[in-house]
Amino acid sequence: MIIKELTKKYDGKPVVDSVSFEIPKGKVISLIGPNGAGKSTVMGIISRLVARDSGMVDFQGEDIGRWKSKKLSKKLAILTQNNHIQMKLTVQELVAFGRFPHSGNRLGKEDMEMIDRAISYMELEEFRDRYIDELSGGQRQRALIAMVIAQDTEYVLLDEPTNNLDIYHATNMMKIVRRLCDELGKTVVLVLHEINYAAFYSDYICAFANGRIAKFGTVEEVMTKENLSEIYKVDFEIQRIQGKPLSIYY
Amino acid sequence: MTVLAFLSLFIGVIEVDLSSLASGDAEQWGIFLISRLPRLLAILCTGVGMSVAGLIMQQLCMNKFVSPTTGATISSAQFGILLALVFMPNSTLWGRALFAFAAAILGTWVFVWFIQKIQFKDVVMVPLVGIMFGNVIGGITNYLAYKYEMTQALSSWLVGHFSLVLRGRYEIVYLVVPLVALAFVFANHFNIVGMGKDFSKNLGVPYNLVLFMGLTIAAMITASVVVVVGAISYIGLIVPNIVAIFKGDKIRGTLMDTALFGAIFVLVCDMIGRVVIQPYELPIELIIGILGSLLFVGLLLYRLKNGRKAVVIRGMAGVAGGAASSGCAGSIPRMDEGDGK
Repeated sequence: MIIKELTKKYDGKPVVDSVSFEIPKGKVISLIGPNGAGKSTVMGIISRLVARDSGMVDFQGEDIGRWKSKKLSKKLAILTQNNHIQMKLTVQELVAFGRFPHSGNRLGKEDMEMIDRAISYMELEEFRDRYIDELSGGQRQRALIAMVIAQDTEYVLLDEPTNNLDIYHATNMMKIVRRLCDELGKTVVLVLHEINYAAFYSDYICAFANGRIAKFGTVEEVMTKENLSEIYKVDFEIQRIQGKPLSIYY
Repeated sequence: MTVLAFLSLFIGVIEVDLSSLASGDAEQWGIFLISRLPRLLAILCTGVGMSVAGLIMQQLCMNKFVSPTTGATISSAQFGILLALVFMPNSTLWGRALFAFAAAILGTWVFVWFIQKIQFKDVVMVPLVGIMFGNVIGGITNYLAYKYEMTQALSSWLVGHFSLVLRGRYEIVYLVVPLVALAFVFANHFNIVGMGKDFSKNLGVPYNLVLFMGLTIAAMITASVVVVVGAISYIGLIVPNIVAIFKGDKIRGTLMDTALFGAIFVLVCDMIGRVVIQPYELPIELIIGILGSLLFVGLLLYRLKNGRKAVVIRGMAGVAGGAASSGCAGSIPRMDEGDGK
């Protein structure tokens, strides 16, 4: 996926300003940056949820806007944070919706297997027949990820998947992200607020500031004292833990 | 539930059939075929139609308290009928139906467009706005009816009843059947759209198209019932809610139950209405109003008992006034508020 010169304005004020970068396949890419830096908007644009003002999003040789919505939904899945699902659906029913782009109303044997696999991959077997509105935040998030797994797409886009989760669930979520990439070979793009999660669990980091890309590169390239201080305007120290550059800010 | 439906159907038929049961003479059979049988079929279609319309609207609007009554659909359909009466006094049933369809669809669209435009923070606001919107349309309807001296003609459509259902002037209500079948085909689409715009886009479902198509189906179902029977409130609100408590919100799984339960509900209410002051009968709207409000209070209490307190309590406080007159109020918790532990 190649992103070229993306621009998006709200009320004449640019929130995304000529952003260009390329998403490497089969890797975990984290989009970080201060509030209002444009990372979520970029995420929305590359997942065709948000309309852009100008620029190109080349996805497998064709612009994302020219893809048939249904065809694209077999290749690219997006999970936003505002999933106010008020419905009384069981975990299984929710996960089954992940197969909708592939099989519509008729779920075949293969679909059922995919659903079972997604549920067991997210260790949700015991909740299979529970209603999602009875689950805790972490379990619900896992159920949504299971749906995305059942959707079986090459690209998975997650907008702040650790939002509203406690340390335990957030860390588990990041481990799952890593496994989606390592074990299932997916390209995962995520918007994150916690820099250290980005540093520890992703391959590439794209840091935004003021609607532009401040820095894009491997974790090692981006996670430096100078870069982070410039992006976030606070003091940083970098420490290496388990061979990864983690940051301390104060 | 199926057994109960069958039983009810059976009782209903006997109830209807009582006079012609013993004698096989032509006159009795005539009554049976011209009046009794159409009545039963109209009742079933009404029950099925109104509850399915309510189910669709609740799902699409992501709000458990939206229904043909609280979504201005019924009042719009009445407005359409009045327009037909005023401008085409000689219009047939079909002519009036067309007006009712157009008005109901338009009214529902405007309502949903409006609530989408102004994203209400509080779930209760949506049905309240719908009630207000419906009352505004109702007000205009009444004004026009008064001006053109149509109040008496119109009253037949304001309060639902089955006593005027006769062969030859009720068949439009059959439209409910194909429309409900259509709703069943698109059940999963409605479910997905009910989970939000981003959610449906992710799954490749065209949000706006499905939304407005679903609303059109619901509005047409409502209009075909209103044209024949008149306004029947409550069913579209209560039946889907009760079924959802037991069966969840997966439309594919609940549509049949909702339809059956709706049919049973109307059937029972109609039987009560005919028995209470024999040989006269009470309009079904009255019976449903009484039973419906009781059930509705029960529903609120159930929601209250089953956790998610804050939202429900606030919901009840907020609509206590509106509930009395329009009988549609309450709140269901939003996911983002109740931390579903």
